[in-house]
Formats: sequence, C-alpha cells, structure tokens
Amino acid sequence: MSGPSDYQPSNPALQWIERRLPILGLMHSSFVVYPTPRNLNYWWTFGAILSFMLGMQILTGVILAMHYTPHADLAFKSVELIVRDVNYGWLLRNMHACGASMFFFAVYVHMLRGLYYGSYKEPREVLWILGVIIYLLMMATGFMGYVLPWGQMSFWGATVITNLFSAIPYVGESIVTLLWGGYSVGNPTLNRFFSLHYLLPFLIAGVVVLHVWALHVAGQNNPDGVEPKTEKDTVPFTPHATIKDMFGVSCFLLLYAWFIFYMPNYLGDADNYIPANPGVTPPHIVPEWYYLPFYAILRSIPNKLAGVIAMFSAIIILCFLPWLDSARTRSSKYRPLAKQFFWIFVAVCILLGYLGAQPPEGIYVVAGRVLTVCYFAYFLIVLPLLSRIETPRPVPNSISEAILAKGSKAVASVAVALVAAGALFLGSLGDARASEGSDKPPGNKWSFSGPFGKFDRGALQRGLKVYKEVCANCHGLSYVAFRNLGEPGGPGYSVAQVAAFASDYKIKDGPNDAGDMFERPGRAADYFPSPFPNEQAARAANGGAAPPDLSLITKARSYGRGFPWFIFDFFTQYQEQGPDYVAAVLQGFEEKVPEGVTIPEGSYFNRYFPGHAIKMPKPLSDGQVTYDDGSPTTVAQYSKDVTTFLMWTAEPHMEARKRLGFQVFVFLIIFALLMYFTKKKVWADSH
Amino acid sequence: MTTASSADHPTRRDFLFVATGAAAAVGGAAALWPFISQMNPDASTIAAGAPIEVDLSPVAEGQDIKVFWRGKPIYISHRTKKQIDEARAVNVASLPDPQTDEARVKSGHEQWLVVIGICTHLGCIPIAHEGNYDGFFCPCHGSQYDSSGRIRQGPAPANLAVPPYQFVSDTKIQIG
Repeated sequence: MSGPSDYQPSNPALQWIERRLPILGLMHSSFVVYPTPRNLNYWWTFGAILSFMLGMQILTGVILAMHYTPHADLAFKSVELIVRDVNYGWLLRNMHACGASMFFFAVYVHMLRGLYYGSYKEPREVLWILGVIIYLLMMATGFMGYVLPWGQMSFWGATVITNLFSAIPYVGESIVTLLWGGYSVGNPTLNRFFSLHYLLPFLIAGVVVLHVWALHVAGQNNPDGVEPKTEKDTVPFTPHATIKDMFGVSCFLLLYAWFIFYMPNYLGDADNYIPANPGVTPPHIVPEWYYLPFYAILRSIPNKLAGVIAMFSAIIILCFLPWLDSARTRSSKYRPLAKQFFWIFVAVCILLGYLGAQPPEGIYVVAGRVLTVCYFAYFLIVLPLLSRIETPRPVPNSISEAILAKGSKAVASVAVALVAAGALFLGSLGDARASEGSDKPPGNKWSFSGPFGKFDRGALQRGLKVYKEVCANCHGLSYVAFRNLGEPGGPGYSVAQVAAFASDYKIKDGPNDAGDMFERPGRAADYFPSPFPNEQAARAANGGAAPPDLSLITKARSYGRGFPWFIFDFFTQYQEQGPDYVAAVLQGFEEKVPEGVTIPEGSYFNRYFPGHAIKMPKPLSDGQVTYDDGSPTTVAQYSKDVTTFLMWTAEPHMEARKRLGFQVFVFLIIFALLMYFTKKKVWADSH
Repeated sequence: MTTASSADHPTRRDFLFVATGAAAAVGGAAALWPFISQMNPDASTIAAGAPIEVDLSPVAEGQDIKVFWRGKPIYISHRTKKQIDEARAVNVASLPDPQTDEARVKSGHEQWLVVIGICTHLGCIPIAHEGNYDGFFCPCHGSQYDSSGRIRQGPAPANLAVPPYQFVSDTKIQIG
C-alpha cells in the first residue's frame, strides 16, 4: 500500500524541499493517490468526521482557554462571562461542549463499525489497539474537561472518579491524595486538570497520526472484508474518498449545529449550572451520557475494588479483541450468527447506558448485573465460541465481484443509524431522578421557545419589576450587569434608562485613598447587588437555607421527562423544563397542607417542589406589584413574567443564538446538497 | 474523472464544482469570523472603559498625580507659573512635533496638564519632574518631554497624548 513515493513536483522550489524533506510526497501518497476500496459505505466516513471533530475541539478549546480562569473561586464565573460577554463566546462554548458529545457519538459509531466489519482482525491489530488507546485518552480528556466549569456535577464527578483509585489496596488513599493535591478536590485539582485537559488532545493527535500511519500500512478494511486484489477494487483517495468524506462531514455538521444552536443544554446536566458546593451532593451523580454504560458496570458490582476493575476491564478488553475473535471471515455481513450477536451487544450497551442514568435501586440493580454479565460474555464467551462453531457464508473473491452482487445493505445501514440515534437519545436521560413524590409541572407556552423564539419585551420589563420589588429581597443576580438591560435581545431599555435604573442602587465600593469602603450610586457597568453581604448572612436571614442566585435558575432546574418524551424534545427543540419548573413552583403554593401530607416545621407546602416542602414562603400574591401596561396583576401573570425575565438572565444571547442558527442551517443544507451532487458526479465514472 | 469535455468549454459539471468550491470558501470565511472576533475586548472590558471623574482639589501646585483609565496611566500635573511660562516660551516651529501649549490644555485651566503617561517611543512610562525640560523623562530610551508633555529630545516621535477630558467644575474633571 505504501511504498516509496513516485511523487515528482514540477515546481523547482517544491522539488528542492521534497529532496530534503519528503513531506509533500508523504501527503501525496497518503491522501491523494492512496488506493481506497471502492465499496466503502458511509460508516467509513466517521474516520474523517473524527479528524474534523478533533481539530474542532482543539481549535475551540485553545480559544476558550484564552478566556477561562482555572481557579476554584473564579472558574464558574469565568465560564459564565465567556458566554455572556466575550464576542461569540456563547457560540464557541457551545461548539466545544456539544462538540465533546459529537466526538464521542462519532467515535462510538466508528468503533461499532470496526467491530461489525472485523476491522480489528489481522493485519490491523496494532491499528485497533492504537484506536483503543485514543479512546482511553479521549475519556480522560472528556472527564477533565467536564470538571473545568466547576459546577456541582463537575465537582462531584471529579470527587467520585478520583475516589475510584482509593479502591487500590494499601496505597489507594495515598494515590487519591496525590491526584487531588490536597485533602479534597480543590484548587490544585482544578489547576492540574486544566493543564492536562490542554495537554491530552495533543497526545490524542499524536496517536491519531500513528493510527492513520498503521491504517495506511495495512490498508483500509471494507464492508466485504476481502483485501483489494486488483486495481479495479480501489479508487484513488482524492477526489473520491475526499469528496465523499466532505459530504459526510457536512451532513454531520447539520446534527452538530442542531445541538449548538437549538439544543445546547440537551446533553448536559442541569446541576452543572449550580456553582460547585463541597457541602452538598447532587441527588444523583451521573456522568455525561457517553460514560454511562461504564458507570453502570461500575455500579453493578457490589464490591468497590471489583467494580473499579470491572469498569476498566470493560474498556481494556477491547485491546484483546483481535485474539478473542479468531474467525477467519472478517465482515459480519457473511457471518449470520455473529451479526445477530453484534446487534444484541449493541442493545446491551445502550441498555447499560440507560441504567447508568437511573438511580441504583430495585430492578435497575438486577438489570445492571445481568447486562454486565452479557457485556463481558460477548467478548469472553460468544466471540471465541462463534469462531469455532459458526459456518460463514461464502465470501466474494474480490471487491469488484462484491459490488456487482450488491444486495440490500442500505436496510442494515438505516437500522444502524436508528439504533445509534436511539443510543444518543437514551443517553440524554442524564437528568433522570428518583421518584420524589412531586407533581410534574405543567408545560407553559413561552414566547422564547422554538427556532424563531424571541423574548417578549413587555414580559421582560414586567418581570424585571417583579424581580426588583419581590425576589430581590432575598435573591441576587450576580452574573447580570445593569448594562445588560440595554443590550440587544434584552428588555430593550435605552442607555439613559439603564443609567437611571442603575443609579437607584447603592453599590459598595472601595477602598478609597483613605482606605475606607464607601457607598456610591450604581453605574451601568456594575452588577446587580446581592441582598446579603455574604452566604452566612443570607442563611441567618432565611432560616438556615441560602436563597440561590437567580441568574441561572432556569438553566439549573430540570425534571425528568421520561421515555418517550425526550425523543420528541429533541425534534421539537423542547428545552423549557427549567422555566416550566420555576413558573410552577411560584404558583404551586397552597395555604392548607392537604390531608395525609406532613411537612417539616418551618416549611411551606408546594405541590411542585420535591417532597412538597419548601423553605420559601409564598412570595407572590394577586395585586402585589403594579403594572403600568394593563396586564393582569395576578400570581399567574407575575410568575410567567418573572420566569421570562429569569430565562433572559440565564441566557442573554438566546435571540442571537437562534437567529444565527437559522442562517447556519440554511447555509448547511445548501452546502450539503451541493456536496451531494458533486460527490455523485465525481463517483459517476467509478460505478 | 476521465471525460475530456471540460477542457474546451464550461459544462454543468464545472458549474457544480465551482459552486461547491465557492460555497465552501464562503462558509469557511464566515466561520472564521467568530474565532477572530472573540479576541476583541469583551463587553465587560468595554463597560469598564467608561469615563472616570477625578477630583483635583487635593493636588497642590507643583504636584502631580497618576490615575488609571482604560488600563493606561494618566498624569495630571498642577503646573507652576514657571512651568507654564517655559512651555509657552518655546519656539513651536523648532519642536519635533510642533504643537502650542494652548492646544494641549483647556483654556482657563492652564495650570492643569492632563496627558497619557505612555512614552510615544515604545510604550514605557516616563517619570515626571525629571529630565532637562522640567517635564517628563523616559528612563527606557532617554526620551525627554517638556512641561507641556511635548517631545524635546530622544527617539520618541510624538508628544505625550492628551486623553479626551473635560472640566465638570473648577476642581473636577471627567476623563473619557
């Protein structure tokens, strides 16, 4: 496949370089004349998609690092400021965060494709093992990246995962202390995770080079699993594979853009919009969707050390796959039994992912154990056994013969696409919660939902009034500056109105030249002040519970929608659980506790709050705030307005996001169509 | 890719290829914009660059203070009669960057010199009340400015810049 290059540039300058560093010849033989099997299907495009995603993650990551502060006190805020203040910061952050999910989605398709078509078999064992190493590095990178925003899930995810190492006998505790750089997860941990999160992608890129190198020595596998014999079996990489991959990437971009512009928080956990708090653990700690199957395996084993070993073995076992499966036929296309077991294995992985998102109780534990056994049985029992007992169908003599006898492979491909998509959706059950005895909040109609959603300016202005007169007595808006009120996409105030609004507030400033703190009128650049000087004072004034900051409350709240709603949610872009929940809680108060319900002393009954008991007394009652625009002064209207306002404080750039998203979609659809026809023309002579 | 048609006259295939290439180029260029634009000052930085007010009443004659605006040091000098006279006695035509002292201060407030304290050579901070001209001396490369902040000697090409400012009252200025 790769012999000495016969590349001869005509340009004398290029010749001069080529004689001294044959890099152009290397590129030419690797990416231009490199013979590609003619029968590759679109499952092979995921290699190119992965290269693209790696490049994208490195590019956006380098840029985010320019704005991010890796300090335990500042990390959460710096991420919020990236999203709120940096030019296109919201876009770059979404590209990176959703990009991680897309990267893992693509790598799973890539791995399952290799599994199905026997891409790990002789002579591609090293290629496969390098792939497993890349996957391990990706997992480490993804985990450390998730820690950086320093939200609740970040902090507790880091605590839980580093604690895995405490299972090691004798030295476990010392190793965990070493990993933390302290007595618990803290600033040193964050600093080293940031450093390593920046380093590892370059290691990945290095191993990718080895992976591609090994690929170009052994040559690509193909759906029929027979090696190319004659020139008729292959086509040159450029333009054939190049254009096909570019078409594949442009289709993938549509999916990626769907998440970036319309569902940016769909795959994340709402709890990560709560700043890290070492004193409170989230009700259920769940990893990102792409780790859920392994998390389920970890939890299935009722022994700490054995669970950790099982989880790591589930990945390491892939390295031994070339020897566990000794069947001589490569592609499952010609292995009727292996094909069936492959799909069972895929289903097992998806179900494990589903269980990983469920609370570890009842039937879920039993199911987890059964499926963990199934997972390992596939590698340790089924594959070795199949290679001995299975009678494969006859394999075609050559690729060109296989193309002539082309069957119904499209059906299988569509099936795989559906299953893969199903895996993605199942994984998104990350916010599943244990049954907590509260009613599901009713859905509301919001002006800001859907692809063309906009904030209702009137509601924003009324909501600001409700916030100022009612909520601000206990809650802060520490990520919102007065100037934001005058920015495009916000309540639509003029610069003078913003200045007047700000000057109503007294802002603590200083120290001055005399070393004293002093109070001055607020300016546009100031942030909304918190009603309490510190958390202790807030707790003291509120019966021990610190009122949360409201800047992100609509993003930090969520409730499980359950199957099959999340599938509709993906297609309808429904992501209003947070606002629905907040509006419902504001209206869910009841004076009288219903019969049969007991709530703790000092708390109030609320139908929608988990456990029905909330520390906050009913904040709103009819006629409490006067409206100038004639809107009804009812609790329902107040809560709708203030929730709309809080949604804006959580994402001030939402209108820009949706507008740009629409433009990008129009472009991508046109581009993908152009690519499709170009690809057809390029391949027209090859079929 | 072996048809010979495209060599002589354009075909629909050529049009398709050009259109696809053009779309890729336009999309690529547009996608670059956010990656470049993010380097510009962010909204909080711009907001922090709002005008500042400085109270001049504590600054005695012959004294100067340094305040910061947009990350730059601003010298506010309460000039003595001698300094003003020196600055006005100079033959403007002989200066490297000719500018009258009147043009560098606000009329009616001649005693106040407000300049951005950044050497116009390579951005160092000159020291006030040093050098041969009763003004500023930049220790990095030896530029000397007079009591009006004008360059008199050394490698700097231009006078110390005057920031935008105005008198809010007799004893208070707003910079920005």
